[in-house]
Amino acid sequence: MNAAAMMLIGVFLGLLLLCVKPVGLYMARVFEGRPGWPLRAGASIERRIYRICGIDPEAGMGWKHYALALLMFNLLGAAAVYALQRLQVWLPLNPQKFANLAADSAFNTAVSFITNTNWQGYSGESAMSYLTQMAGLAVQNFLSAATGIVVAIALIRGLARHSAATIGNFWVDVTRATLYILLPVALLLALVLVSQGVIQNFSAYKDVTTVEARTQTLPMGPIASQESIKELGTNGGGFLNANSAHPYENPNALTNFLEMLAILIIPAGLTYTFGRMVGDTRQGWAVLAAMGILFVALLAITVHSEQQGNPLIAQLGVDQTASASQSGGNMEGKETRFGIAASALFATITTATSCGAVNAMHDSFTPLGGLVPLFQMQLGEVVFGGVGTGIYSMLIFAIVGVFIAGLMIGRTPEYLGKKIEAFEMKMSSIAILVMPFIVLTGTAIAVSVDAGRAGVANPGAHGFSEILYAFSSAGNNNGSAFAGISANTPFYNVALALTMWLGRFWPIVAVLAIAGSLAAKKRIPVSEGTMPTHGVTFVILLIGTVLLVGALTFVPALALGPVVEHLIVWKTP
Amino acid sequence: MNTPRTRNEITAALRPALLMLLVMTVLTGIVYPLVVTGIAQLVFPRQAAGSLVSRGGQAIGSTLIGQSFTNSRYFWSRLSATTPQPYNGTASGGSNLGPLNPALLDAVKARLAALRAADPGNSSLVPVDLVTASASGLDPDISVAAARYQAARVARARGLPTARVQALIAAHTAGRLLGLLGEPRVNVLELNLALDALK
Repeated sequence: MNAAAMMLIGVFLGLLLLCVKPVGLYMARVFEGRPGWPLRAGASIERRIYRICGIDPEAGMGWKHYALALLMFNLLGAAAVYALQRLQVWLPLNPQKFANLAADSAFNTAVSFITNTNWQGYSGESAMSYLTQMAGLAVQNFLSAATGIVVAIALIRGLARHSAATIGNFWVDVTRATLYILLPVALLLALVLVSQGVIQNFSAYKDVTTVEARTQTLPMGPIASQESIKELGTNGGGFLNANSAHPYENPNALTNFLEMLAILIIPAGLTYTFGRMVGDTRQGWAVLAAMGILFVALLAITVHSEQQGNPLIAQLGVDQTASASQSGGNMEGKETRFGIAASALFATITTATSCGAVNAMHDSFTPLGGLVPLFQMQLGEVVFGGVGTGIYSMLIFAIVGVFIAGLMIGRTPEYLGKKIEAFEMKMSSIAILVMPFIVLTGTAIAVSVDAGRAGVANPGAHGFSEILYAFSSAGNNNGSAFAGISANTPFYNVALALTMWLGRFWPIVAVLAIAGSLAAKKRIPVSEGTMPTHGVTFVILLIGTVLLVGALTFVPALALGPVVEHLIVWKTP
Repeated sequence: MNTPRTRNEITAALRPALLMLLVMTVLTGIVYPLVVTGIAQLVFPRQAAGSLVSRGGQAIGSTLIGQSFTNSRYFWSRLSATTPQPYNGTASGGSNLGPLNPALLDAVKARLAALRAADPGNSSLVPVDLVTASASGLDPDISVAAARYQAARVARARGLPTARVQALIAAHTAGRLLGLLGEPRVNVLELNLALDALK
């Protein structure tokens, strides 16, 4: 890793760390309903929303009601996104006269956006009307993010409360997450992005005659408003096909830096929110430490691997050495303005979280550079993870971790004063194991049938990686791709939609069940035999649990894809 | 009490869900993008419209969107994998070729051959960004090394001293922001427009 890369990463992580406490504290205040200025300022809007919707904001919900409301809300959201895509030709704000989308594609996209995945079988600039983008897709960028956050908050309340029958009110939580967290930050970020060149208009596409007298059509649209929430909500669905690699979505190094920060700020901040709400901020820092250590280790592999470049290209008389006048390395599928360091950092961030936005094409990464994004998703996206999903998934691993530790030392496991019993363990197992099950089953089916193999773009082991990546991305609600795969086919549209649906809502229901069960329990006072969950030992235990589950499940599959490819690329001649 | 067992309870949850979706769609899907658009058009009209550049009153492109250059008199952009033609603004994307894919190596070899044919005397190693396709297919920049590599060819084609072209590259080199963010690079369209403007 060269000095410029180290500087970038150091400054980035330093700045992120500085944001964790203020952001986390703010979010804790929002969800505890404490009367700070934002809540006072928004109180009248909030009240009006509850009145329109016929909601009693004071009424608490048990976990089943909470889950029911969540599922209903998301189901209707999917219906709305589906309808917009199927009717867009008759609706306004469609200057390019894009046709309605096919049923299977519209279904896939609807599920994709409500599950915070933002897998994109379509190509934005040649398929979606401005109305579909802003009133369908971007709305779900907000709402799926809010959904993720409130599930995390419900689980945290489960840990924080005792002898309680309720875990909060879903409608109030969603309203507050949107109104006080997502909307204001998205607005601010959108304006900064426009100032740097991200476009924001409703014009028809513009034809220009280039310097060499060719016609070039420039895409237009309300991109900045969607771009900001795309990162902030760890959604990742680009307005344009090239996503954050497109100069109109991510025009320079500053926007790139801000987009990366936006992706991580809520997931990282929520660790502090967690510590704060359970009354012991050390608990949150411990979880953040585990995430941070995994992140830095995996990031180093990607940066190093991409900077090494492709030996097969070097042989042809090409200079891949980093210098003051070029970033060098593996530049296939990367943008000059980002070079190796900012591309590798973005790729690591986008797959550590459930974002899935890309500023470089992962399909063209070196084998190990591409393995890291794949593996991070397969770890269940707990290295920061998506907004809400990251912290709640990590807390499930924490529960499993203390259970394993409890078995080793022969004590009843407990976490934050709550006894971990059979019900919690059953639900934790469901929450953790459903993902590997659907990812590996889906991959196995896809490589076994013609319709699955037909989508592959690259020959050999890399083709297998494309399929494995697609299902890992869908099952973990990431949305990035080894994008060579032709996934806009009935087979992949349906298979990946089912994978996204199960990968999202199955764990969510299990997590809410745990939240409800923990909330009802009494708190056990700390004693001699209590295992501390804020120290180094616990951090190591947590990392170990995450790696153990991830490695045991996915290393065989990884060996068939990127590992084989790496050995071939670097074989001694 | 706490278990939604009956059909009634499910229908009861339907009403707030539907209304909340409507309210939020208006708020985040209509009001929010319109507010951003309003402010953007007011404060940053040039950026919001796509950073277009014109020459002689004609829109000639966008400084942010790369163009295809094939003439020896111009600096060439990076490879673009968009279809059906390179630098197609309505079909952004990369090649998505894996590191072992023969098609990737063929594309590199073809570009190398074209570069050498246009500048037979140049025996230096070719900077990697000049033989690889960008992620967007619309990369507006090339590395400083890639610009310098082409300087002698462009100078010869235009009958200019190489030093003059090198100076032009230096003048159009964008460094790292705050010495930290981004890679040193040259905007190809701006550089070529500057070349054309030379007397």
